[in-house]
Amino acid sequence: MTVLTDTAAPGTPAPVFYVADEHEHPEGSSTYLGFWIYVMSDCLIFACLFAAFGVLGGNYAAGPAPKDVFELPIVAVNTAMLLLSSITYGFAMLAMDRNKVGSTLGWLVVTALFGAAFVGIELHEFAGLIHEGATPQRSAFLSSFFTLVGTHGLHVTSGLVWMVVLMVQVATKGLIQANKRRLLCLSMFWHFLDVVWIGVFTFVYLLGMLR
Amino acid sequence: MSLDAHALEEPDHAHHDDGPPHGTLQSYLIGFGLSVVLTAIPFWLIMSGVIANKAVAAVTVMAFAFVQIIVHVIYFLHVDFKSERGWTIMTFLFTVIILFITLSGSLWVMYHLTSNMAPTTAVMRQMP
Repeated sequence: MTVLTDTAAPGTPAPVFYVADEHEHPEGSSTYLGFWIYVMSDCLIFACLFAAFGVLGGNYAAGPAPKDVFELPIVAVNTAMLLLSSITYGFAMLAMDRNKVGSTLGWLVVTALFGAAFVGIELHEFAGLIHEGATPQRSAFLSSFFTLVGTHGLHVTSGLVWMVVLMVQVATKGLIQANKRRLLCLSMFWHFLDVVWIGVFTFVYLLGMLR
Repeated sequence: MSLDAHALEEPDHAHHDDGPPHGTLQSYLIGFGLSVVLTAIPFWLIMSGVIANKAVAAVTVMAFAFVQIIVHVIYFLHVDFKSERGWTIMTFLFTVIILFITLSGSLWVMYHLTSNMAPTTAVMRQMP
């Protein structure tokens, strides 16, 4: 019986079984693309909710139609809040590029206030609908409406939580590379939510008034 | 990463750590101005009811939304052919295709959803 031994001759370097030309990646360099792909997959969630609303949006079950319950002026104000929060987040990013901690934090606070105003107005609208009896269980139209718009509102709320956490991070640790990376990811998320809102106000509210 | 580290890398790998492209003050303001206009016009169209024909109004409003989404993607999300060696736009276009299939497919398949339901009073009134 022979003993299995290493066949490589002594003195030769250990064999390499992987491609050795992979170069060094700086820490976090793949985060942006990874987060972007997450945002794109989030898009698919909204696509399904939009599709559900598109199919069920006309089934009122003898209940209220969009014309009876939607108030476009409130939606217009809400849209303005989200649009303004998008541009102020852009200003925060520009301040971050110039490494100005104070001005970055200032613009983030303004952005968070606009975002909070958006969520507040939306909750006020929902409360009004439910008070009138237009609850999610009233009809398929209202179920799909509350699911779609509520999911968007939840996204904005979690964006706000994330923003507050990042404000604390920036205030305590400054604009270090990791914080800049996080702020850029939140930037993608925040602008993405504004894009989804374009779909919501167009397909749910404006086209709903035409039904 | 510092500039010194850049110089040590091979030239074609030097753009790896750029991250997403940054907007400028000008690009943000252009994007904001365009989206204000592209939001205000459809709201005004529907709230004032200028276009009497509902189908025409619907198509107009959807066209404005389409343009505004593109404006946001370019000026706020900074999607272009260069960032991440084109992977950003590749994943974006892939998602757009899936969105199209999901939305159009759902609406198409479910178009006759209520065909076999009992006629509503509105339908019965039109019956002979």
